[in-house]
Amino acid sequence: MRRGNWRAALLRPQFAALAAVLLINWLLFPGFFDITWQEGRLFGSVIDVLNRGAPVAILAIGMTAVIATKGVDLSVGAVMAIAGAVAAVLVTGGASALVAVAAALAVGVLCGLWNGVLVTYLEIQPIIATLVLMVAGRGLAQLVTEGSIVTFSDPVLIFIGTGSLLGVPMPIVIAAVLAIVATLIVRKTALGLLIEAVGVNRSAARFAGISSGLLLLLVYTFAGFCAATSGLIVAGDIRGADANNAGLWLELDAILAVVIGGTSLLGGRFSIPMSVVGALIIQAMNTGILISGFSPEFNLVVKSGVIILILVLQAPMVAQALRKRFMERISQ
Amino acid sequence: MVEAGQPVVQARGIVKVFGQHRALDGVDFAVHPGEVHALLGENGAGKSTLIKILTGAYQPDGGEVLLDGAPVRFSDPLDAQRHGIGTVYQEVNLLPNRSVAENLFLGHQPTRFGMVQRKVIEARARELLAGYGLEIDVRAELGSYSVAVQQIVAIARAVELSGKVLVLDEPTASLDRNEVAKMFEVVARLKARGLGIIFITHFLDQVFEIADRVTILRNGKLIGTKALADVTATDVVRMMLGKDLAFDHGGVGAAEAVQGPVRVEFQALGRAGKVAPFSLALHEGEVVGVAGLLGSGRTEMARLMFGVDAADGGAISVAGRRVSIRNPAQAVTAGFGFCPEDRKLDGIFGELSVRENIIIALQAKLGWFRALNRDEQNEIAGNYAEALDIRAADHEMPVKLLSGGNQQKVILARWLAIDPNFLILDEPTRGIDVGAHAEIVRTINRLREEGLALLVISSELDEVVAYSNRIVVMRDRAMVAELSGADIAPSVIVAAIADNTGAQA
Repeated sequence: MRRGNWRAALLRPQFAALAAVLLINWLLFPGFFDITWQEGRLFGSVIDVLNRGAPVAILAIGMTAVIATKGVDLSVGAVMAIAGAVAAVLVTGGASALVAVAAALAVGVLCGLWNGVLVTYLEIQPIIATLVLMVAGRGLAQLVTEGSIVTFSDPVLIFIGTGSLLGVPMPIVIAAVLAIVATLIVRKTALGLLIEAVGVNRSAARFAGISSGLLLLLVYTFAGFCAATSGLIVAGDIRGADANNAGLWLELDAILAVVIGGTSLLGGRFSIPMSVVGALIIQAMNTGILISGFSPEFNLVVKSGVIILILVLQAPMVAQALRKRFMERISQ
Repeated sequence: MVEAGQPVVQARGIVKVFGQHRALDGVDFAVHPGEVHALLGENGAGKSTLIKILTGAYQPDGGEVLLDGAPVRFSDPLDAQRHGIGTVYQEVNLLPNRSVAENLFLGHQPTRFGMVQRKVIEARARELLAGYGLEIDVRAELGSYSVAVQQIVAIARAVELSGKVLVLDEPTASLDRNEVAKMFEVVARLKARGLGIIFITHFLDQVFEIADRVTILRNGKLIGTKALADVTATDVVRMMLGKDLAFDHGGVGAAEAVQGPVRVEFQALGRAGKVAPFSLALHEGEVVGVAGLLGSGRTEMARLMFGVDAADGGAISVAGRRVSIRNPAQAVTAGFGFCPEDRKLDGIFGELSVRENIIIALQAKLGWFRALNRDEQNEIAGNYAEALDIRAADHEMPVKLLSGGNQQKVILARWLAIDPNFLILDEPTRGIDVGAHAEIVRTINRLREEGLALLVISSELDEVVAYSNRIVVMRDRAMVAELSGADIAPSVIVAAIADNTGAQA
């Protein structure tokens, strides 16, 4: 988000959509906005939306940078499973939690690096390059867990998924810190601009002297790191590593969150905070449908309807038409 | 040569406008049966627009197309093909993984009871290709043959489907000498059969070898149609490049300017198949112009200098120190800048703002962590926008909304912002309006006076003559002449470009 545009930013359709979804949730369930303090932490439906939305929000942070370069990373869900499996197997094998976490994150970074090498040096299309790890990754995770769900009772790992800091659940804290740090890094260094330049026109970027190879490597590696972080949260939450189901289809939610947040799949302009908002919209819908008592099958249909609505509102043609109507009304 | 009688296809007063730009402005063109008619012109002259109108890919905004004397309006290239106009492109657009026979009859296979008759197809394919002097296994995959054979198959298919007019769009660009000869045999056969053949190329020698008449376009206007028997290569080059040629009183002023020490030196830089090794030293405060026709290797030379393509051999030094340039990032580090010919593809970041487009090369040079803050960016963008008179309502608007001339100035500003040692401008004034044109020429002169070394590639001879201290001439992917002093005149350049063209193959 650029300087001095806060008011304009708040008028974006994403915020309207988030407000609308929250409002509908409130109408369906009047206690939706109630927040209580129990056992030293916050409880409530809104907190639940943030907490449950954190894994996808974290994936979306990494995915935003990848999509800004005109790429996509389909493997993040599988990388979550690998990272969870690595951490779980290590702690059950007697390693310290610190080693397990570090190893899980390192494996995520390696997975990202692998994707980056395929895309950058072998020049494989991102969707195909990351499909490799999307398919193979779950197999790898199963090899690590030897096919079973590995449960653990390590307090540190569990704390990552279910603990709280100053009353705020850990997943929210981690997602918020990652979002803020990542945003600061891309906007305070030249990375943001260079990533956008590579995404807008890779050939022109080359002619302008930008080393796009290193940048691509970096964004895929970062996406892998984010996926591993997300994988640790999910594993900590269920106190175990489920190679089959951890992070299943979440890569699609992450891509969706980025697109809802306004970053184009054609690359270029991106906003990490808006992608996080996108993730929250998705989770608010999920939670709303669950608490309203509708069957979960509804979830997918409603979700797709809302998504189409947001994307239509974002389309330049519609935006222009709405602006025109608005101006006409003012001038009358 | 057939001149008499009715043209098989004719264009009269064709006008085509894209936005503000008149791509074709009242162009007349006619092809007679049994004639090979060459269509010549530099990039942006309007050749491909004219062909697209003749083949129905575009509709003209003015004028008319006549087929056998009757006005026609083709809705699309397939429609034109049904009416007798077939096209073969440089890139063969057939199916390489299907057999030669299938490719020849794809879409109109002889069938019996809805079944494709493979034997019949193969027999007819053999028969057809024999008529082109081609005896090959028609059951083999098309892709297993050389490009020349594929071209001939494409020609056979086009003639089979259309049969009156054949458009050959740079068919020889990727062929070697023997293959070109084979292709020309085919063209001669078709000519004898009474087809009207339109031949587009940028190889002058081939034009003289095969064509009967030539039509030359420049900047969307018809310069002339001549019988090749009546003109020399020099005449043709002059028609392609010259403006309203006031020959031989070019601005020699620049040539006499004082030169400083050597700024950059290229020694035996070359790349097989692209440019033969060349050596060139540029001094401080010197503009070296590059003249040559399209495909002569002029752009390829610039790409080697800037590391866009890696050189096979040779050395580069800046102010006497050896530097390694294997990619553009290294070139930028060495203080080089490059305004590429294709602005849209290689130059601008359309979605990014004018400000970002100006500071991007400097930022790339500074690296990831030494980010220019917003105030610095505004200052740099503001300074150069003012110095080059970039007309943008606001420096935050996307650069794609600017006119071509202003976009070119933005790219120029981008390179000036890195405070370059050496600047390469590839066709800096192509496709931009007159005002911006003058501004860019002024800027080139000013940069020279400020001590920059510049290499300027341009097809506008008058312009090159006006600002160059020296001129190198490219022909057939090699540097063939270096002109200085009194030799910097359009007539000398034209002679150097056209020299021996008849003898090459």
